[in-house]
Amino acid sequence: MRGLAGIAAFAVAIALMPAFVTSGYALNAMIMTLYAALLGQAWNVLGGFGGQFSFGHALFFGTGAYTMAVLQVNFGWNAWAALPAALAAGGAIGAAIGALTFRYGLRGSYFALVTLAFAEVFRILANTFQFTGAGVGLMVPLSERAADMQFATRAGYLYLILALVLVGFLVSWWLKHSRYGAWLQAVRDNEESAAALGVDVLRVKLQAIVVSGVLMAAGGAFYVQYLHYIDPHIAYGPAVSVEALLAPIIGGMGTVWGPLLGAALLHVLGETTRNLMGDAPGINLAVYGIVLVLMVSFLPRGVMGLLGTRRAARAAGDA
Amino acid sequence: MLEASGLTKTFDGLTAVEGASLHVERGTIVGLIGPNGAGKTTLFALLSGFLGPDAGRVVFLGRDVTGLPPHLICRLGMARTFQIVQPFGAQTVRENVAVGAHLRHRGRAEALAHAERIAHAVGLGAELDKLAVNLTIAGRKRLELARALATGPALLLLDEVLAGLNPQEITEVIPVLRGIAAGRDGTPGVTVLMIEHVMQAVMNLADRVYVLANGRMIAEGAPAEVTSDPAVIEAYLGHGAAERLRRAYGAAHAA
Ligand SMILES: Nc1ncnc2c1ncn2[C@@H]1O[C@H](COP(=O)(O)OP(=O)(O)O)[C@@H](O)[C@H]1O
Ligand SMILES: [Mg+2]
Repeated sequence: MRGLAGIAAFAVAIALMPAFVTSGYALNAMIMTLYAALLGQAWNVLGGFGGQFSFGHALFFGTGAYTMAVLQVNFGWNAWAALPAALAAGGAIGAAIGALTFRYGLRGSYFALVTLAFAEVFRILANTFQFTGAGVGLMVPLSERAADMQFATRAGYLYLILALVLVGFLVSWWLKHSRYGAWLQAVRDNEESAAALGVDVLRVKLQAIVVSGVLMAAGGAFYVQYLHYIDPHIAYGPAVSVEALLAPIIGGMGTVWGPLLGAALLHVLGETTRNLMGDAPGINLAVYGIVLVLMVSFLPRGVMGLLGTRRAARAAGDA
Repeated sequence: MLEASGLTKTFDGLTAVEGASLHVERGTIVGLIGPNGAGKTTLFALLSGFLGPDAGRVVFLGRDVTGLPPHLICRLGMARTFQIVQPFGAQTVRENVAVGAHLRHRGRAEALAHAERIAHAVGLGAELDKLAVNLTIAGRKRLELARALATGPALLLLDEVLAGLNPQEITEVIPVLRGIAAGRDGTPGVTVLMIEHVMQAVMNLADRVYVLANGRMIAEGAPAEVTSDPAVIEAYLGHGAAERLRRAYGAAHAA
């Protein structure tokens, strides 16, 4: 319950932010950080809690984004009606990929590569079809009304992404405090043992990839509403897949606060790099790569691992 | 309670288990012994659903469970431990055992409380908050036992839970096993089928013993009976050993 109180306090603090901060730059920074946190939370469900590392989470992101855009642009749907469809599409793709990979026992780098390959296939498909706007992409008509899930002020978008991140938080908290979460982490740590204790390993993994896909699709839907535009490279390119896995790896995989923490650190890092070295193309990715290698080598449990050393030391009984 | 007949398993060319049958009655402790590589662990995998047999049948509690996946067999009430311990290393002892407890307890708090009771029962009460990776071998063996026990089984398959323990640790664990089998504090007794190399334990605990050698069941009976069976002695010590032993024994008496 203390964990829930922390999440509530965080939500209140962010919700109060527009009352004190009017700078569009600062609000945008907060929105983009929360957005990165949402992608991280999505990846963390499957990768952090479930131990199934995906390199292709763009698959779910892009599917959510395109469902949102196509339904509005081609079919004239209201954005609020399109959102549940986008989430369902992300979950359905998750179920399909899960059925294709987990059923055949694909794990580790094989699973990672298959997700990457599927994201690439979807990028090519989106580039081909007219109804997704092909290479040009889709532009969502501007209509800055809450009824169309668009907002005239940054504060509106802040509340929208905050609501989605809160869902991500509640899912993460639930994974820490539920039977399903215990099963998922058992599968992550040892599939044979989990099965020996009555855990339906395949089912648990499928459920995790569906939940992860739904959250990631929410990120895609938000992207479309905030920036009014999507194209194949943004939707299904590797950048968003990398962004999704970077935040929890840096912040702490399989933790409730890791993705947010990682997203915040990445944001600061990104801004610092830009200030120091300008907007040289690819420089951000190079820095991310270095950070990733450093994290994996020296802090495999992420920044949360550092913060948690006291608790871990107690748990290890070497006090 | 458990009735296996004609179980056979071949690994590309090598027949690990060949036509093995066994029978475990409710409320008993049955031992399964045999030289290294005899196929004991493979037989456990066949019983618990981790491997599908090439031939033969497993009937558990009156149900044909041949070919069922392991999690379903566990749900029916057969739990196993692994000879090579497989803890959830990054999790605490309490969390490890709670995974087992969740099979019969949906709520997190109940599962954790049940895990605590079980951990105390197997002598892990002082290490509840330790990470599983930080346990000693003896601790990990107890953890295997605790997790399996937490699933509330009717039948426990124990694969060498005493291997790697020192004599004192063995002496400590034997009463724990007896307590599990007999049931205590109002918990029902658990039927046990145990693979064991530590003869002291087998002689001490088992009501009946099966002997597996080269994948075949070569003997069955009371522990004392089986360990003096010439076929068993030969399986352990090599061809002609029983005859040599008998002669040596006879010579000693004559002198
Ligand atoms: N998965 C496997 N693949 C191939 N051979 C195996 C496998 N598991 C066991 N074996 C072989 O089967 C035989 C029996 O092994 P095992 O059941 O572990 O014996 P025990 O537990 O009695 O020592 C051994 O020769 C072993 O090498
Ligand atoms: Mg063995």
